[in-house]
Amino acid sequence: MRKLLLTSLVVSALCALVPVSAHASEGKEYPLPNVEWSFEGPFGTYDRAALQRGYAVYRQVCSACHSMKRVSFRNLSALGYTPDQIKSVAGEYTYQDGPNDEGEMFERPGRPSDHFKSPFANDKAAMAANGGALPPDLSLITKAREGGADYVFGILTGYGAAPSDVTVLEGQYFNKHMAGHVIKMPPPLTAGAVTYEDGSPQSVEQYAKDVATFLTWAAEPELEQRKQMGFKVLLFLGIFAAIMYAVKRKIWAKVH
Amino acid sequence: MSAGPRTPFENKFIEWFDQRLPIFTMMNKEYGVFPTPKNFNYFWNFGAIAMFMLVTMIVSGITLAMHYAANTGLAFDSVERIMRDVNYGWLIRYIHMNGASFFFIAVYIHIFRGLYYGSYKQPRELLWIFGVVIFLLMMATAFMGYVLPWGQMSYWGATVITNFFTAFPWVGEPIQTLLIGGFSVDNPTLNRFFALHYLLPFVIVGVVFLHVWALHRTGSNNPTGIEPKDERDTLPFHPYYTMKDSFGLLIFAIVYCIFVFFMPNELGHPDNYTPANPMVTPAHIVPEWYFLPFYAILRAVTIDIGIPFTDITIISAKLGGVLLMFGSIAILLVLPWLDSHPVRSARYRPKFRLFLLLFVVTVLVLGKVGGMPADVPLFHITKDFVFTTTHVAQIATVYYFAFFIVILPVLSRIEVVKPMPASIHEAVLKCQSSCGGNA
Repeated sequence: MRKLLLTSLVVSALCALVPVSAHASEGKEYPLPNVEWSFEGPFGTYDRAALQRGYAVYRQVCSACHSMKRVSFRNLSALGYTPDQIKSVAGEYTYQDGPNDEGEMFERPGRPSDHFKSPFANDKAAMAANGGALPPDLSLITKAREGGADYVFGILTGYGAAPSDVTVLEGQYFNKHMAGHVIKMPPPLTAGAVTYEDGSPQSVEQYAKDVATFLTWAAEPELEQRKQMGFKVLLFLGIFAAIMYAVKRKIWAKVH
Repeated sequence: MSAGPRTPFENKFIEWFDQRLPIFTMMNKEYGVFPTPKNFNYFWNFGAIAMFMLVTMIVSGITLAMHYAANTGLAFDSVERIMRDVNYGWLIRYIHMNGASFFFIAVYIHIFRGLYYGSYKQPRELLWIFGVVIFLLMMATAFMGYVLPWGQMSYWGATVITNFFTAFPWVGEPIQTLLIGGFSVDNPTLNRFFALHYLLPFVIVGVVFLHVWALHRTGSNNPTGIEPKDERDTLPFHPYYTMKDSFGLLIFAIVYCIFVFFMPNELGHPDNYTPANPMVTPAHIVPEWYFLPFYAILRAVTIDIGIPFTDITIISAKLGGVLLMFGSIAILLVLPWLDSHPVRSARYRPKFRLFLLLFVVTVLVLGKVGGMPADVPLFHITKDFVFTTTHVAQIATVYYFAFFIVILPVLSRIEVVKPMPASIHEAVLKCQSSCGGNA
């Protein structure tokens, strides 16, 4: 048994060695920045202030082109907003509703139960307005990209002058972290574009970090509850396992 | 299941019931006093663990089905609604999603246990074959389940995998059309996959019943591979193994819960959080991790086999790959006859043990290259010849089949075994004095 375990360990170690140099040398590779996030690790939680700042950046910058269809205004209570604040935020948007009793569609102000309003009527309209590129919905973006929040931060801060081996056409921009290093989204963030009321630095890095935190929350609103429950479950299973081990030892002590 | 002699129960109701339907007698016989070899190690926990995972998957799956909509326009949104708005929906879905992986982990360890200790050998051939059938059904169920969230990998995985069938001449395309309910993966595909994904687990339950029935007919194998001879070799299943299995199951559940609660998406693919889009193909399409070794075998075949010096192709590379992939599992069905060595356990067969562990490495290597794009250059052998992942997959595939077709039959004839104990209890006593006595 011990020998077997040892062999298995050696085997797994060998397997880890196999992919020696997996990447072909096509152009320069830029590793994603490794940002320290408040929500990382088993004890990580969302920084409420960062979430609120991130929401401000999303609302004032990203939401001009990107939808966030799966998040409702009522979900904003998790960011620390009061029901009245949420009502007034939702009320700033108009939604088409209906038909009413006369069979007419009508416009009404948004309610907390409404999902975030999309900037375009449909994907075709979004593409027509953005030079043929579809700005992806951001509800799940950190789960839908390798690297998650680091990827979002990387894209938002990855603009710069193109090196000679990358061709950037009209309406395109060089971005270190985009696949193929070319992106159609103009650099969205500029220092000072969004006013922070809590005195946080109004820099591109800070904006990018805050909005990536907000987008992670949008993709995984259950993260804090999930981890909290996880600890309770593991505690229960751990104690249960210890008891069962003692029971098993006691029962087996008489055998042989 | 036959009536047989019955000992009366003290409890009046149980006695009344048992006289009419001897369920209590049967449970006592099969799970209470059932004589079980006393020398099981923790590898013997994985049958019970797999059973636990099957039940977990069915319970969580039925709950998900109550909230899921099998329609291409609604499926992705309904899954997200489960994640966000259904009470504890995220928990149920992460249990189900990671449960598939952990079911496969349990089953792969269970299969390895069977291989290492020769559990497939006479008289347990049928037991083994039922196990392979369960494995096949699990693969079909898992594949169809992965399509249901209707993300990018769901859609493109379904497209790639159903496309395999077109490799077969004549019957291939009609089979594919029947499978996906049209000429491309679309709403009819999703509907039938959902129906079958709901059905197959219950078929698995049925085959598991046969698997367990066959097990209780022959009794369990054990780490020595020596059949129990008298009562000194066995223990009643309860409480010895009910308690040991419970402990092992809890340890397994702890690892499972670490994934469910702290890294629920670690084993999945980010692309499946993008809704399916027939117009956009993902950069590289990969199946779930538990299929990767077979995916590597599929892609390892890169040459057409034909009549030399003519243009006639008998087996195209695609068909060859598909045949090898199905063959890699089908060959398990005849394993009891490929390995006819009279000694079961690898403990006493040093050569078999070495080749088997090499086989495990091979499968892991296949899994590794299966997850990488094809033809990734690794290093230069000569100036013009670059060694790629495809070559790795080809070498590994050759070993995979050689292990079954060449190595096992040869070893069956020539392998000299190490000295063996006369019985299980002798092995246990010897182990206590020399190998630290682990129960």
